[in-house]
Amino acid sequence: MAEVEETLKRIQSQKGVQGIIIVNSEGIPVKTTLDNSSTVHYAGLIHQLVMKARSTVRDIDPQNDLTFLRVRSKKNEIMIAPDKDYFLIVIQNPSD
Amino acid sequence: MVICPVRRDAVQLNSVTIPTSVRFTRRRTDTMEVVHVYTKVRSAFGRQCLFSDRPAELLVDVLPDPSLGRQFVHKSPRDQALQACPDVSLHQVNTERVEFSSCGMNHVEGGWPKDINPAELEQTIRFRKKVEKDESYIHSILHLGSVMEHCIRQNNAVDIYQEYLEEEEEVEENQELPFAKTINVFRDPNEVKRTVTGLSWHPDSGRKLAAAYSCLEFQKTSKDMSLDSYIWDVENPNVPEMTLTPASPLVCLDYNPKDPHTLLGGSYNGQIGHWDTRRGSQPVEVSSVEQSHRDPVYKIIWLQSKTGTDAFSASTDGQILWWDVRKLSEPTDRLVLDLGREGNLDRALGASSLEFEATMPTKFMVGTEQGVVVSCNRKAKTPAEKIVCSYDGHHGPIYALQRNPFYPKNFLTVGDWTARIWSEDIKESSIMWTKYQMSFLTDACWSPIRPSVFFTVKMDGVLDVWDILFKQNDPTLSLKVCDNALYSLRVQDNGRLVACGSQQGEVTLLEICSGLSTLQKNEKSLLAAMFERETKREKILEARQREMRLKERSRSEQSRDEEGGREEGEESPDQLIIRAEKDFFSMVEAELKKRREKEDEQNQEKVVSKGKEVKAEAET
Repeated sequence: MAEVEETLKRIQSQKGVQGIIIVNSEGIPVKTTLDNSSTVHYAGLIHQLVMKARSTVRDIDPQNDLTFLRVRSKKNEIMIAPDKDYFLIVIQNPSD
Repeated sequence: MVICPVRRDAVQLNSVTIPTSVRFTRRRTDTMEVVHVYTKVRSAFGRQCLFSDRPAELLVDVLPDPSLGRQFVHKSPRDQALQACPDVSLHQVNTERVEFSSCGMNHVEGGWPKDINPAELEQTIRFRKKVEKDESYIHSILHLGSVMEHCIRQNNAVDIYQEYLEEEEEVEENQELPFAKTINVFRDPNEVKRTVTGLSWHPDSGRKLAAAYSCLEFQKTSKDMSLDSYIWDVENPNVPEMTLTPASPLVCLDYNPKDPHTLLGGSYNGQIGHWDTRRGSQPVEVSSVEQSHRDPVYKIIWLQSKTGTDAFSASTDGQILWWDVRKLSEPTDRLVLDLGREGNLDRALGASSLEFEATMPTKFMVGTEQGVVVSCNRKAKTPAEKIVCSYDGHHGPIYALQRNPFYPKNFLTVGDWTARIWSEDIKESSIMWTKYQMSFLTDACWSPIRPSVFFTVKMDGVLDVWDILFKQNDPTLSLKVCDNALYSLRVQDNGRLVACGSQQGEVTLLEICSGLSTLQKNEKSLLAAMFERETKREKILEARQREMRLKERSRSEQSRDEEGGREEGEESPDQLIIRAEKDFFSMVEAELKKRREKEDEQNQEKVVSKGKEVKAEAET
């Protein structure tokens, strides 16, 4: 429990990190550092995106699986680390 | 049209009027009335029919004939197909319209388990807390956290989406081979074809080209040869735009760079003519015969002056004459190309080309028939000082002479079978030269856009484009323009169009590919470096030669003092000539013999192979 907190704190303290969201497999945001509406927004949309990405990867090669997803936009980068039950979403504004 | 029954001849029968005849008439108000009357008395219709009943009467009774029945067989049972199916009918019905619309549903908060109400904060918090205690949660978050951290750090370390190498423009590797294509050919409209000896582009637009036609071959001018020279419009190769009619054919001409309507032409008999295209084909003024050149004027160039009316001309009679076009009756100045600086016309060198660069208005250069380039200073006080120095390099007359428009210290000369590039400082020899070509070079000019490109034309009708930064031994592009010799060449100011004139009076207009007519990167600096390098090399060689000569001289002086002028080892010029002749002829004979032997070998081979063929044929 404490290790989780520590990990999240460490991530939060990295340069440029704007927010962290942890979403479970049903799309419920479990832990977040952003406000509720944004969290819910992100959680809902990203959940679908990850499902699609994962199905794409597995469709092409069933032995393969999605390990990381990066969505780079003009203003920031959304990084998604998927797992069996949970996703970790971090929004970072990269150094420029 | 009106139809009306007209009652006539009515018979009164018990107060009932029965018309006995009926007449219909058509009344036409606008046209002629055509009337035909059908009249019949009622009684003529015949008696009216009166019907009555009558009993039926039997007309025919046919009884059955059993004997006929023997012709038939009784058949029982009988098969008869019947279709027993339900009655179906096709019916079309239009149902009531149902409207569809596509809409999406935004799933706002997903997947909460059924028992938890998402709106209630307490329940959700409790749920969340429960999840956080879950072991798999902890495990997976720890794992994901480390992965994520790695990526975050990566992002922070290097901006992988940055635009790298932005300043470096893509160096376009010009893969395509250089080419030049012919755009137009302007042919001499006269019967007797004359050589195009001079070309000049219109200074402003480059849409007009003036060509001077004359016959330079010794005593080949026929009586029917036309004297005219033409100004062509580039777009229209069929008919020249304007004709210039001099008294004697023009050998060279030049457009005034300041005033595009005026031209100066130098003619075969040595006169100079001034034309104004607005005033027609006849020259506005012609120089007097006594004061002009005694030989054909080979080159005439406008000078840069305040009045814009000065020009100078060169001819093989050894004189350079300066003219003011307002008064062509006599030249304003005269220079005799005598290298001894005495003004002696007999020893003067005939001038075959002239060069003037507007950026250096006091200096000019003359190329002579003897292969010497003379550099002169206009502003010298005494005629002796006018000739500054000379460059001796060619074995034959120098037909073209031009400074490099970007590096005026270097100039290009063309004569005999080579083209040479010189530097002003080195008087002994040229700094760069081409190897001896297969035919005589007749004209050359630099490209006005690219400092390292120049064009030459040869007597076999080939136009060569040389790019000295790319290849020095051979021309970069060699084009056969026509079958007869090319005599003149002029590049237009934009560097893309080249006009060359042939012996049969054809002016061919070519367009050079963009690779050879656009300035490349670093070209100027590379070329400057090349010129400097070559100049230095020549300087060093010159210095070395001078040293050696000095040494020789000092040594020979010493030996002369010692031996008192013995003629040992010195051959007289006659003996030298005889020796040279002998060497020459022996070499020629050796070469001829070699060639004959080779031919014999080839012939023998041919005979052998023919013999084999014949044998093969005989066998089959």
